[in-house]
Amino acid sequence: MSVLAPTRRLGLTGNDAVALAWKQINPDVVAAYPITPSTQVVEKFSQYVADGVVQTQFVPVESEHSALSACVGAAACGARVMTATSSQGLALMHEILYIAAGLRLPIVMAVANRALSAPINIHGDHSDAMGSRDSGWLQLYAKDVQDAYDLTILAVRVAERARLPVMVGLDGFTLSHSLEVVDVYGDDAVRAFVGPGPDDHYHFLDSPEPITIGPLALPDSYMDFRRALAEAVARSAEIIAREAAAFREHFGRSLPVFVEPVAMEAARAAVVLMGSYAGVVEEAVLRWREAGRAVGLVRPVVFRPFPAEALRAALAGVEHVVVMERADTLSTLGGPLGVELRAALYGAVRRPVVTDVIFGLGGRELREEDLEQVGRLVEEAPGGVRYLGTGDGV
Amino acid sequence: MSTQASWRALDRGPVIAGGTSRAFLTGTWRTERPVLDLERCIHCMLCWLYCPDSSIQARDGRVVGIDLDHCKGCGVCAAVCPPRAHAIVMVPEGQP
Repeated sequence: MSVLAPTRRLGLTGNDAVALAWKQINPDVVAAYPITPSTQVVEKFSQYVADGVVQTQFVPVESEHSALSACVGAAACGARVMTATSSQGLALMHEILYIAAGLRLPIVMAVANRALSAPINIHGDHSDAMGSRDSGWLQLYAKDVQDAYDLTILAVRVAERARLPVMVGLDGFTLSHSLEVVDVYGDDAVRAFVGPGPDDHYHFLDSPEPITIGPLALPDSYMDFRRALAEAVARSAEIIAREAAAFREHFGRSLPVFVEPVAMEAARAAVVLMGSYAGVVEEAVLRWREAGRAVGLVRPVVFRPFPAEALRAALAGVEHVVVMERADTLSTLGGPLGVELRAALYGAVRRPVVTDVIFGLGGRELREEDLEQVGRLVEEAPGGVRYLGTGDGV
Repeated sequence: MSTQASWRALDRGPVIAGGTSRAFLTGTWRTERPVLDLERCIHCMLCWLYCPDSSIQARDGRVVGIDLDHCKGCGVCAAVCPPRAHAIVMVPEGQP
């Protein structure tokens, strides 16, 4: 453990952990609108503001569209900016997501992942953030509350060095509202890690030297900006790897970067899964292993940039893959993770059979018998797309 | 920005210097041109107030001319010019 970072062990919900990380980071501006299940991040943080333990300018707005718009304005002035949202709130931010990324603003957003309407549902799945996947925001997904805390701190450095906004996803209720034991670093250690703030102020409010941010770009230049954005997202992989190494150095805790493999030694089959259900599936995989089945688990931590190389490496030698995911593309080709994984594997010399299993939409639980079905699917490798837990069998 | 500009130089996103609209000659969009008769003008400044392109040139509270590099020819100045003064009339481009 680093000398800089004496830790405390605290019982925290995912939302509390994010709010605590924000408090330790002490951002310049937080603009947010409360929405289930991310509400408590803002609730808790506004208490820190009211108590004067942070110097943050808190902007309570009337909608998520305004929340992210205020964040964009503040970040354009060089402020360090955070916000939090979920589901319909993230959907309402959609227009501004592209502007934040296009203007290359290092905003950090907690997304307590939740289903989208209709029908209205407040429970967890990944449909909300998956709707933002082509916006230019980097996306990190937490497995547990510790991850949600750590990734929030990491995201600040990644965002500011990549000059890109970053979403940190924590599964609605499963992580946002569940109490877990978390190793919390000292305030000084966190502030030393994140440093003083973005170093490339746009000097937006410098009247002797006025600038225009986000002007009209016609066909002669628009595409060049988009090309630069694509390059920035691609290059962020290096930055994420470097900053995760710095995190390990500073706090003495390793963060899995890109993907976290579990029991993948000599595995012939693998389950690929993001988010909080990785813990449950890990239990099942370890049990299968004990029963002599060569099945492992690969958990992507980063979804943007898409960890194609890491997935190819982790799945080399694997013949069957079951992707378990909590979102659908409604393309008949499966969920976004499965579709992109297949694309990433297409150029591989030996391609495993990929079966895409969509589960847990709108907070539907993963039951013991569902796991047995996953075990069967990974054995039989039927390919295609399956919907788990809808009673029609897989 | 031109097609020759490398995207590699755009790593900070779209940020440009202030005041660039002066160099952007929107007057080329015009199909009708305002013609000002300073003999008739009573310097009420209504055209100056209403012009959406800040194209009415004024000095010391008096209208002195029209900036045709930026006037888009919308005709608001002629419409608000008091009828009895009738100092501004719109003339199709291409006619003297």
